[in-house]
Amino acid sequence: MAHDWPLWEVFIRSKGGLSHMHVGSVHAPDGELALRHARDVYTRRLEGVSLWVVRSNDILASDPSKAGPIFEPAETKVYRHPTFYTIPDVVKHI
Amino acid sequence: MMQLVETAAEAHRAADGTLEASLFDYLLRLGDDSLILAQRLTEWCGQAPALEIDLSLANVGLDLLGQATLLLDLAGEVEGAGRDGDALAFQRDVLAFRNALIAEQPNGDFAQTIARHFLYSSFQLPLLEGLTRSADPRIAAVAGKAVKEVQYHNEFTAEWVIRLGDGTEESHRRMVEGLDWFWRFVEELFESDAVEQPLVEVGIAVDRASLRAGFDARVAEVLKAATIATPVYPRAVSGGRRGHHSEHLGHLLAVMQILPRTYPDARW
Repeated sequence: MAHDWPLWEVFIRSKGGLSHMHVGSVHAPDGELALRHARDVYTRRLEGVSLWVVRSNDILASDPSKAGPIFEPAETKVYRHPTFYTIPDVVKHI
Repeated sequence: MMQLVETAAEAHRAADGTLEASLFDYLLRLGDDSLILAQRLTEWCGQAPALEIDLSLANVGLDLLGQATLLLDLAGEVEGAGRDGDALAFQRDVLAFRNALIAEQPNGDFAQTIARHFLYSSFQLPLLEGLTRSADPRIAAVAGKAVKEVQYHNEFTAEWVIRLGDGTEESHRRMVEGLDWFWRFVEELFESDAVEQPLVEVGIAVDRASLRAGFDARVAEVLKAATIATPVYPRAVSGGRRGHHSEHLGHLLAVMQILPRTYPDARW
């Protein structure tokens, strides 16, 4: 039954060359079946060409209560965005 | 492609009128297996052991329904009496259905459903592989599409046979009981008759007897991993190909056909 099964996070590569993106999670008794469940739940409409699953418990997450010290210092560093350059008209793809 | 299709159909007609009739019957056998199994699997919707399994079984059912649509549409075309796949699915009575008995049996518990579909897909996979080389390009095209679907059905159900068989005491017992229940219907899948012989001779149909070794090897491999002994059942049951069905098919058709029969002109 689902409540006995561990949770797995599902990542899909939508097409060759792109990165795998997190799309959701499934319950499954083991990795092989987690892949099959991910296929059946998340790729019914041609969403991808490759699947990853990883045990949710194996993911380390940043502590939400420390979001301030972790993320806020970047707020004042606008110069890190490459928006101060003039891009020549001939450059189409950037 | 259209050219090929027409040529093949004309070749059948020119060769022999009865070959055409055999082909119609053969397509019903293939299409009805998929249709009835699809209908059975829909009964799991909203009731499977987990949401993920619910979707898996529905996906398998939808694959089978797609196969049935193509095969029964083709059967209607071969028959040439103006019936399409819908007419054949919803306006035939129980005696006119040509599915194997295994397809119409009740789902039982999850293990029993898995047992049925593992056995059926272990037969259907080599059948479709053979049909991709059918002398009739229309059948070869349907088989080419379906073979990938069924490969997945077979792998998915095999995974579950192994997990339940090699799982807890209760899951093992249920898996063994499921396989025991369906084993009596396996023989029928490999039976051939006067309808299929002429089609096999001209390379349109696959000789069912030739699929048995592959089936046995696959089942033995998976049951071994599942720590289950191959079932023995002394007397096989058959008759579905001739329209001799169990009581279950009538009940299944009642549910499946009630809407189109009650409101024949309904559109949705």
